[in-house]
Amino acid sequence: MTPPRLSSLALAIVLSILPLAAVAADALPTERDPVAASRAVKISEKLRCLVCQNQSIAESNAELALDLRQQVREQIAAGKSDREIVDYMVARYGDFVLYEPPVKATTLLLWAGPALLLLAGFVALILMLRARRRQNDEPPLSVAEHERAAQLLAGDAGKENS
Amino acid sequence: MKNKLLIPLGVFIVLVGFLLVGLFRDPREVPSPLIGKPAPQFTLAQLHEPAKTMGTADLKGQVWLLNVWASWCVSCREEHPLLVELAKSKLVPIIGLDYKDEPRAGKGWLAQNGDPYTLSVVDRDGRVGIDWGVYGVPETFVIDKQGTIRYKQIGPITAEALEKKILPLVRELQKS
Repeated sequence: MTPPRLSSLALAIVLSILPLAAVAADALPTERDPVAASRAVKISEKLRCLVCQNQSIAESNAELALDLRQQVREQIAAGKSDREIVDYMVARYGDFVLYEPPVKATTLLLWAGPALLLLAGFVALILMLRARRRQNDEPPLSVAEHERAAQLLAGDAGKENS
Repeated sequence: MKNKLLIPLGVFIVLVGFLLVGLFRDPREVPSPLIGKPAPQFTLAQLHEPAKTMGTADLKGQVWLLNVWASWCVSCREEHPLLVELAKSKLVPIIGLDYKDEPRAGKGWLAQNGDPYTLSVVDRDGRVGIDWGVYGVPETFVIDKQGTIRYKQIGPITAEALEKKILPLVRELQKS
């Protein structure tokens, strides 16, 4: 309504764009190549930051994560494949840098564990159901027993006992 | 029937056992894949004489320690007296890798706290650190005569680790 609003709107726009400039400064080698930039982010998201262990190096702002992100971008610029870059990190920091551990002898139990537990649950369930059915599988009543049961239900039980 | 009731108790005890062991393990200690592998090569400028370089090739044929330190590193102060003591015994050369540090600050720190290093080299941008899988300063590596990494201490050296692991290993490697 009043003229100053326009200038404050412009200021708001400038302020909201400023953080983008700060991000761009961090991403020098890939800044002009959106494909390489998204590759760098994808690879960084797969790698665990060793300093703050529950963050990927894409999320973390630890000094080491910054350096490793820089490495990822440089190697992309140098034409390395995603696989080569991940292998480079694993060679230095071990499988621990991978959020998704590779399947091998030492991690077999880790990968197969949930399926094994599920299987064990099913086996236990089947055994329990079988045991219950066996309990219910009493032999059916004979003719004499049927008659006695009918008498009992009819309330004639007293006569028999007397 | 009674035995069946003991099964959940048994499972629970095993679980508690696992958790108890986990409680006393340090999740920050990540086993290095470099142990038993050739030490990554480097040639870096020396801290005290920047015009001169020193590298892994100069150390072939002897057992040596690589200690990663920095003037900004707080827990380096913790292990430093032990290193100074070790340097006095002249048992093994200790090479210092001044990691991501301002050389002037590094020199000042050594002047103040004592310099246990046979030589210090400067890893200004931390690239050599990445090659060696360094993620928490201080770290200490034991390298044998063939240039193979035999041991890695993550975090400050303790008197116990020095007496029980590092020194016996160094002596054994020096004999071979």
